[in-house]
Amino acid sequence: MAGTFGNPEVVQEEVDILIIGGGMAACGAAYEIMPWIGAAKEAGVDITVKLVDKAAMDRSGAVAQGLSAINTYIGPNQDPADYARMVSNDLMGITRDDLAYDLGRNVDDSVHLFEEWGLPIWKTVNGERFDGATWPKEGGKLLKDGGDPVRSGKWQIMINGESYKWIVAEAAKKALGSDNIQERVFIVKLVNDANDKNRVAGAVGFSTREDKVYVYKFKACLLVAGGCVNIFRPRSVGEGQGRAWYPVWNAGSTYTMAAEAGAELTMMENRFVPARFKDGYGPVGAWFLLFKAQATNAYGEVYMTKNKELLNDYPPYGQAAVPASCLRNHLMLKEMKEGRGPIYMDTVTALAKLRETLSPREVKHLEAEAWEDFLDMCIGQCGIWVGENIEPEKKNSELMPTEPYLLGSHSGCCGIWASGPDDVGAPTTEEHPDAALIPAHLPQGWNWGYRSMTTVRGLFTAGDGVGASGHKFSSGSHTEGRMCAQSMVKFVMDNKDWVPTLDTSVEALVEEIYRPVRTFLEHKDYTTAIDVNPHYITPRMLQFRLQKIMDEYVAGVATYYTTNGHMLAVAEEKLGMLKEDAMKMRAKDLHELLRAWENYHRILTAEAHMKHIQFRKESRYPGFYYRMDYNLVDEENWHCFVNSVYDKETKTWTVFKRAHKDLVDKSKLFKPAAH
Amino acid sequence: MPTFVRTDKCDGCKGGDRTACMYICPHNLMKLDVDGSATGHAMKAYNQEPDQCWECYSCVKICPSNAIEARHYADVVPLGGSVQPLRGQDSIMWSIKFRNGVMKRFKFPIRTTPEGSIDCYGGKPKADLANLGKALLTRDVMGGYRAGNPAELICK
Repeated sequence: MAGTFGNPEVVQEEVDILIIGGGMAACGAAYEIMPWIGAAKEAGVDITVKLVDKAAMDRSGAVAQGLSAINTYIGPNQDPADYARMVSNDLMGITRDDLAYDLGRNVDDSVHLFEEWGLPIWKTVNGERFDGATWPKEGGKLLKDGGDPVRSGKWQIMINGESYKWIVAEAAKKALGSDNIQERVFIVKLVNDANDKNRVAGAVGFSTREDKVYVYKFKACLLVAGGCVNIFRPRSVGEGQGRAWYPVWNAGSTYTMAAEAGAELTMMENRFVPARFKDGYGPVGAWFLLFKAQATNAYGEVYMTKNKELLNDYPPYGQAAVPASCLRNHLMLKEMKEGRGPIYMDTVTALAKLRETLSPREVKHLEAEAWEDFLDMCIGQCGIWVGENIEPEKKNSELMPTEPYLLGSHSGCCGIWASGPDDVGAPTTEEHPDAALIPAHLPQGWNWGYRSMTTVRGLFTAGDGVGASGHKFSSGSHTEGRMCAQSMVKFVMDNKDWVPTLDTSVEALVEEIYRPVRTFLEHKDYTTAIDVNPHYITPRMLQFRLQKIMDEYVAGVATYYTTNGHMLAVAEEKLGMLKEDAMKMRAKDLHELLRAWENYHRILTAEAHMKHIQFRKESRYPGFYYRMDYNLVDEENWHCFVNSVYDKETKTWTVFKRAHKDLVDKSKLFKPAAH
Repeated sequence: MPTFVRTDKCDGCKGGDRTACMYICPHNLMKLDVDGSATGHAMKAYNQEPDQCWECYSCVKICPSNAIEARHYADVVPLGGSVQPLRGQDSIMWSIKFRNGVMKRFKFPIRTTPEGSIDCYGGKPKADLANLGKALLTRDVMGGYRAGNPAELICK
């Protein structure tokens, strides 16, 4: 029977493995999983899999628009330990070396596959650089055959990446087969098992195109629905609010669904505040690293040189050859706060200098390269340039630190506490003074049987989902998804006779998911203006309220990223009422139901962020946020992970410390203090 | 910056119930106005939530009628510029017009293989359950595994 808006059809399906999301991590899992499912079948175990994406895989996730670089490619001449060291330092010392190292040793495999599938990767041939379609004619080689990529940094390689996601999705879709893919269904909630509350048994969501609720049961699930955007008031509040730096459709779904299922989160206090081209949020990496441009204040002073003494306030992280991203912001913010803005990227000088040293053919390509950097991944920045008549060789562009973002795959490390590899020397016990405060049901140490499983049985994650790592980017997220594929096959084979039982009735789940619709239909005729009604709140206004609270009290741009314990206490009270009001969101159509659930996910993610900042009594990330009541990096007391679990019944958080340990020697990073 | 749909070019993807732009938009913004009640233009698509547009151009690139363009977001950008692509099988052409009339054109490769040609597992080893959880499927053939110096692992 076809459903109606007020009474949706319920579709129930049981699979062994559900993949929630369609981005790079999901595509990696989809590619890797099918041959292993084939091998399991030969061993007598039939495994079914389904991928559910709220969008279309060809253009979903953070790489939807394309990319101009692959930011994680190790290459034959660097060690995974070097990579783990870089990740650690950029995130102020608190990352899991086991996760970073494992990613580092495996990630190039995915990059080599991308090239085989058709992704154009720039190459240097005889000292000259060529785009990804031209080098074959010039005698270049594939990466896997020893080809020399164009490095825009120690870990980054340049690509012609407009169709990056399209290509990676083609492989994933072919591997899985269209019968195993469901697009335009938004999964909004995981369901625990009736017989084991620390295990997942199902997930529920709804179609954004038809009046249908989907209820899946499974043995294992990969939750890879991206990071979190727009919990803080963005700098552009009109039409431009969609121009977020990270994709606006990343709504914290990964963190919230995992938290509600009981998964342990980690480092949710971490955030990323990228310093980017102002308003369009165009990438700066190629400008700094490939074109060798410098950022200056309004008077032409290079703030990284002028303010280098400030780095000495944060030993040892300030003393690395490449200071942490947050500290680079810290040095920029000093100029802005003291009135020496705007900050500029000196594109004019950089391009003029390059013209002096490059061959005529390369000079011809230089302008195109500069434009392609934006056109491949941030077309909106070109919109700013054309509207403001900015030609980069003639006029410098403003830079600006953005509103904060939460993510685990880029230069951020918030996310879910995940099981790591067992062959790199990771701890298997908890040894620190507060170990007794860790809830007893949670595992000890950094690995508990299945790589990439969360602390909830059967729930796996990758990409933005995995916390305490970071800097995996597109290629690393794909690789982590592939690791999860194998772990999930192993988990299902080990649990082949286990039958999932939902702890909540299907009727109750449908009621909950369609609550915003029911609320709307019940109350819509009470007032003449559809958006102003005392019985409900629109998802849009709820998002504005969330952004106002976070911006003003939890260290958004309004306060130059500063907060304190008192402000956080106010935020906590306001967020509590907002969470209550979220139960009164309305949805006048399926599109608004999508927005309602996205914003619910945003609220819980924001609350986790606030609770973690409240718990960590120091300022671990100067330049990203400052607790002015503890304005220092306190290595003695806070060189540790801050983790948490959420109780969906009481709607409260338990926050606690876990010990940090170096698995690779970090002292190689640091030089004596600069004077 | 929102994308917009030109009334003179959009044909609603010839009367199907899904337009190409609806299929592709990652944020569920594009909508077909079947009866014209939302826009006054029946059987044409529109961007139903312009201030949530990421300007990813997925709809612009996929539109078979070249009916979708972008008007850069009015709360930030002066009027008059345009950035318009034409995406083919192996390359993309960009036509760029500045507010002051300066024009630029660029063409970039997007793919080195024919669309739809990926052979996922050709030349790849068969999965062996003895390796499950120990090595990625293609580790021995893609040359991307970086073993690392064992001495770097100081706790092992």
